[in-house]
Amino acid sequence: MSQQPSIDRQEYNITAYTENQVGLLNRIAIIFSRRKINIESLNVSPSEVEGIHRFNIVINETEEVVSKLAGQIEKQIEVLKVYYNTNADVIWQEMALYKVPTDVIAEKAIVERLLRENGARAVVIRKDYTVFETTGHREETDNLIRVLQPYGLIEFVRSARIAIIKASDGFNSKLREFERTEPSAEPAENEFLNSRSKVFTM
Amino acid sequence: MLTNEQSAQTLPEFTATAVQTETETMTGAVATLQALLAEGVDTIFGYPGGAIIPIYDALYDYKEQLNHVLVRHEQGGIHAAQGYARSSGKVGVVFATSGPGATNLVTGLADALIDSTPLVCITGQVFAHLLGTDAFQETDIINITTPITKWNFQVTNAEEIQEALAKAFYIARSGRPGPVLIDITKNAQQQKFDFAPYVPCTHIRSYRPKPIVRPEYIREAAALINQAKRPFVLWGQGVLLGKAEQEFKAFIEKSGIPAAWTILGAGALPTDHPLNVGMLGMHGNYGPNVLTNECDVLIAIGMRFDDRVTGRLDKYAKQAKVIHLDIDPTEIGKNVAATVPVWGDCKETLPQLTALVEAKLHPEWHERFRVHMEQEVDAVIREELFPTSEELTMGEVIQQLNELTEGEAIIVTDVGQHQMVACRYAKLNNTRSNITSGGLGTMGFALPAAIGAKFGAPHRPVVAIIGDGGVQMTIQELGTIMQTGVDVKIIILNNRFLGMVRQWQELFNDRRYSFVDIASPDYVTVASGYRIAGKRVEARAELKQTLQQMLEHPGSFLLEVMVSKENNIFPMVPQGCSVSEIRLR
Repeated sequence: MSQQPSIDRQEYNITAYTENQVGLLNRIAIIFSRRKINIESLNVSPSEVEGIHRFNIVINETEEVVSKLAGQIEKQIEVLKVYYNTNADVIWQEMALYKVPTDVIAEKAIVERLLRENGARAVVIRKDYTVFETTGHREETDNLIRVLQPYGLIEFVRSARIAIIKASDGFNSKLREFERTEPSAEPAENEFLNSRSKVFTM
Repeated sequence: MLTNEQSAQTLPEFTATAVQTETETMTGAVATLQALLAEGVDTIFGYPGGAIIPIYDALYDYKEQLNHVLVRHEQGGIHAAQGYARSSGKVGVVFATSGPGATNLVTGLADALIDSTPLVCITGQVFAHLLGTDAFQETDIINITTPITKWNFQVTNAEEIQEALAKAFYIARSGRPGPVLIDITKNAQQQKFDFAPYVPCTHIRSYRPKPIVRPEYIREAAALINQAKRPFVLWGQGVLLGKAEQEFKAFIEKSGIPAAWTILGAGALPTDHPLNVGMLGMHGNYGPNVLTNECDVLIAIGMRFDDRVTGRLDKYAKQAKVIHLDIDPTEIGKNVAATVPVWGDCKETLPQLTALVEAKLHPEWHERFRVHMEQEVDAVIREELFPTSEELTMGEVIQQLNELTEGEAIIVTDVGQHQMVACRYAKLNNTRSNITSGGLGTMGFALPAAIGAKFGAPHRPVVAIIGDGGVQMTIQELGTIMQTGVDVKIIILNNRFLGMVRQWQELFNDRRYSFVDIASPDYVTVASGYRIAGKRVEARAELKQTLQQMLEHPGSFLLEVMVSKENNIFPMVPQGCSVSEIRLR
């Protein structure tokens, strides 16, 4: 299904709150690989809630596929909750590091200006090289590569995407519902059925 | 007089009497068995090996409480546990060692996951300090089994055992059931630790086995049903897994809706029930397939619209409004869009729905099913069950068996033509009477599953019906039958072909019979080598009396029936066709 070009395909940001458990990354990753869907970006790190990890996964798919994938992820025993959002629904950033020769920067005023224009910040300054950092969307961090390339860019690395959901109220209150013994009065995951157009499509 | 040292040597370290209630020091291996006892386990299917020796050593002292069935291959072990779980409704338990012992469970795990069978498999693993060193019989069974288990976990410390097993049983049996694998390193089995009283698991914060039923969806569903002129119920194994047979019966009897079953749902309603209109799917009955595309409201209960049930999806019940009752939210809307999703345990949703539906009879709609059944009888069934040809048919064997068992037996089938014939024609009076490999289609399933089914339901007759292909895949389990003395009746329907593949080659590949001509050993002689009584039948005149002899025989019996070589299973929905394009011949 991922092979067919479709006008409905776009970037989706999947956010999963999970237990911190050995093997869960694999359990989630194979949900994608089984369907031959490529993960464009993956970030896993501790959330604001002690003991709960947050996955940020970016894929390029149709909403129908993404909603089913989200259901499959949420079905895993150690996953608490999954959301999926288009880029318009999230604020997202990627961080990038650039290593350039210090002498070039020291000698060429234009490089310093370019770095400032691109919002880069020096992280480490050594005699032989300097490491700059920027955060932004893909195009922004890509742009700085192009800018620095003529001045001897030595090394570059970019982080996975992290995204904040605009409409989210956070996970603390949700977690309290999950911790209540079944069945709770208002199970959080019944939201899933509220948005029927998202879930029950063919 | 004994010195202290001597008495310590002669007294058993642990007295295996009842479930431990006070904190004491014991090994991880003993803790494992204590956890099984606390979970009500009575039977284990297993095979020992190096990495699980400590657990087997502990088992030596628990022979009275835990019946360990020594199988001949771990695949046989897990299929037996599946049969046990399916006949008893309890969790099946399997022991296997590391490496090849564990990898031999893979087919059974995949089968149990797709057929929602609750299992707890315990595998031994190399010492924790050897993990990742390519140690003898080390294999990464956790990662191998991740996509084919509901949950899995590796225990490297004895203190983790109680919680891991408590979660394992809870996860395996709750919500939509499934297989769980717990991999225990040898050091954890040997390690002594302070064992506290076992606490069963009842809640995991990240796991919601079932939701609270939303009454608005019940009301919407009832309104659709009450307006329907041609409502049609499809039910699956969810009715059995939810132990909701009575609730289901009450629902269809009040609403008067014709109901058809998937092969895993068979038996939840007796075959003879007037509202039972037959089998769905590729080789299901004519009416249920054709009329799927004529009903106005389709009510799917605990079934997942497998492609063998739906045929071509974009021509499947497009005219109908669909009400889908399921405990697994990812099944609702997965293949067929649901007009009304009724997410929940059908044990809870069905009575709520029954309360709101009007009592109806739908006589004209039922007449349509009856007319289609008449056509099917004329075109297929009469000749299959009461053949005029000289050669024996698979169907007449099932028909004769029905007459003798009167529908009281548990029928265990393998995969292929004989499976379709048995599912179509076996008379089932009781629930949990049709045990077959549905979703995965695992050849070799039936013989070990029948063994397990008998252990799970010792007072019911168990008849395995197997093809000449499938039986040769796990025939070593005759050894398990010999050693345990379990009473399983085995019918091999021998058409000297891998019949289902041959049928497809005949119909769709210009009769190019590519590697489907399979030879068989003399099964009766093989059985006698295992001290199992047996007989071969080649003529119609001997069939019934030999079946009778088999059923009356004390203990296991193998009956080989030589059936027509090139019979085809009809009706058939050819692959890629709509259910309404089902062929009668």
